[in-house]
Amino acid sequence: MFAKQLTVFIENRSGRLSEVLGVLKQNNVNILSLSLADTTEFGLLRLIVDNAALGKEKLTESGFSSLLSNVSIIQIPHKVGSLQELLKVIDDNGINIEYMYGLSIESEEAYVVLKASDIAKVDEILTDNGIKTISCDDLASL
Amino acid sequence: MIWSKEETLPREELEKLQLERLQETVHRVYEKVPAYAKKMDDKGIKPDDIKSLSDLSKLPFVTKQDMRDNYPFGLFAVDKDSLVRIHASSGTTGKPTVVGYTQGDLETWTECVSRIACMGGASSHDVAQICFGYGMFTGALGLHYGLENIGAAIVPSSTGNSQKQIMYMQDFETSLLVATPSYALRLAEVAREMGIDPKKDLKVKIALVGSELLTDAMREEMHKYWGKDLLITSNYGMSELMGPGVSGECLEHCGMHINEDYFIPEIIDPVTEEVLPAGEQGELVITCIKKEGLPLIRYRTKDITRLFYEPCKCGRTLCRMENLSGRSDDMLKIRGVNVFPSQIEEVILSVEELGPHYEIILEREGYLDKLTVKVELAHSTDSFSELEKITAEVKNKLKIILGLDAKVLLESPNTLQRFEGKAKRVKDLRGI
Repeated sequence: MFAKQLTVFIENRSGRLSEVLGVLKQNNVNILSLSLADTTEFGLLRLIVDNAALGKEKLTESGFSSLLSNVSIIQIPHKVGSLQELLKVIDDNGINIEYMYGLSIESEEAYVVLKASDIAKVDEILTDNGIKTISCDDLASL
Repeated sequence: MIWSKEETLPREELEKLQLERLQETVHRVYEKVPAYAKKMDDKGIKPDDIKSLSDLSKLPFVTKQDMRDNYPFGLFAVDKDSLVRIHASSGTTGKPTVVGYTQGDLETWTECVSRIACMGGASSHDVAQICFGYGMFTGALGLHYGLENIGAAIVPSSTGNSQKQIMYMQDFETSLLVATPSYALRLAEVAREMGIDPKKDLKVKIALVGSELLTDAMREEMHKYWGKDLLITSNYGMSELMGPGVSGECLEHCGMHINEDYFIPEIIDPVTEEVLPAGEQGELVITCIKKEGLPLIRYRTKDITRLFYEPCKCGRTLCRMENLSGRSDDMLKIRGVNVFPSQIEEVILSVEELGPHYEIILEREGYLDKLTVKVELAHSTDSFSELEKITAEVKNKLKIILGLDAKVLLESPNTLQRFEGKAKRVKDLRGI
């Protein structure tokens, strides 16, 4: 299963991140997880939200360059070593991970958001190995 | 020291020589250059109509656009076999402006630069370090042959590797420096970082600066770091006309003497194109009267200056042009390189992922110009490598077309200022 990730390009300028968050707040878009990667000049804010399509629409209206892309939200046991085990499965299949960020919830499960060069293949591998992936809605209802 | 007797000709004699050479050039160009003959025919002018120097104003202008339209050799008055050197400068379309020299032209060039070197105080005793980029740019080789001709020892160190430049200066006891004003200041900065005081530890006594505006502020800065006794003179030229050697400042510091037996200057109103009287400010127009390869007639330099014909205390009778006060169009001088915003625009338009809006920011970092180009993303991506690829593409293309390193900043769509009517995309914050 794939989940929609909302990516926003932001200039490395004070106040820009806050502007993005303001747009999401105004439209009642809830952030479930995020990753902010930056260079000296610009950053990419990657978000898992409860309504990615609405988020993109509103951000575009506000002049931000944003994009929806498919990522995998993978459920792993919330315990030491489980992330490495997951990566082993992916590495063993020769898949290159582009980026990854995670969230842990007060429960027995943790979740990582993962983007690989070939996400369809990742999905297949995960299913074959009995590893669960969830949607944004699933995540939102946890 | 005055290099040639022609520099001191009484005006009457000089004008006689100018008229002879002008008439000869116009006849030759009319016969050999169809593009120019057509321009003259369109104006109803024949070579024989040039009976006095004042008839010069009847001739049509040549512009940089004409050079582009006739790329590469269309305006040349000799065939390729007669050429012994080809240089080029950047052009807005990515195609450079090409200039060619016959053996005779190289001799003329050497003569003209020899004169301006002597005007600036150079002599056979000098060790002359040339910190202009060698290559297609005319600056370095022009100064090189002129200074060599007067007997100076040339150190062709080109640009870059500033620490080594300082080492050469120290070890070879360089006495004369050829550089842009900003690079001369940068070199002083590097020397100080190396623990070398240019005033005490180096022997540079003369600076021949060019290819960039020499403002009084820059001159003062140069004195501050290179010593108050440093002889600083600016010189002027452009590759279309020959390269350096069109004019140079003498030690009286009252403008740059134009080598009038080779170049006839006029000042025009850049809008009405009318010739203005001596002393009035306007666009400099130059006619080459002793060039063989590329004898441009009434070339519009776009440089704003004024002309003075009063005799100079130095003994030369050649008229003087004031140090430049700007450009009649939007051309930018960045680190000595001529840059048209349209060149940058073209690069941006060629990158699919970018929108058509941009902003050019010029700043001063230390003594060097810094070029920043802000562009807008038109496509969305969630990949850093793609963003970096876009930035790198713009940078590389700018480097190829302008020969300059630029900082490229990506912006969100619709963040850069929009304009109604004529856009003001250049923010020059250099304060010069």
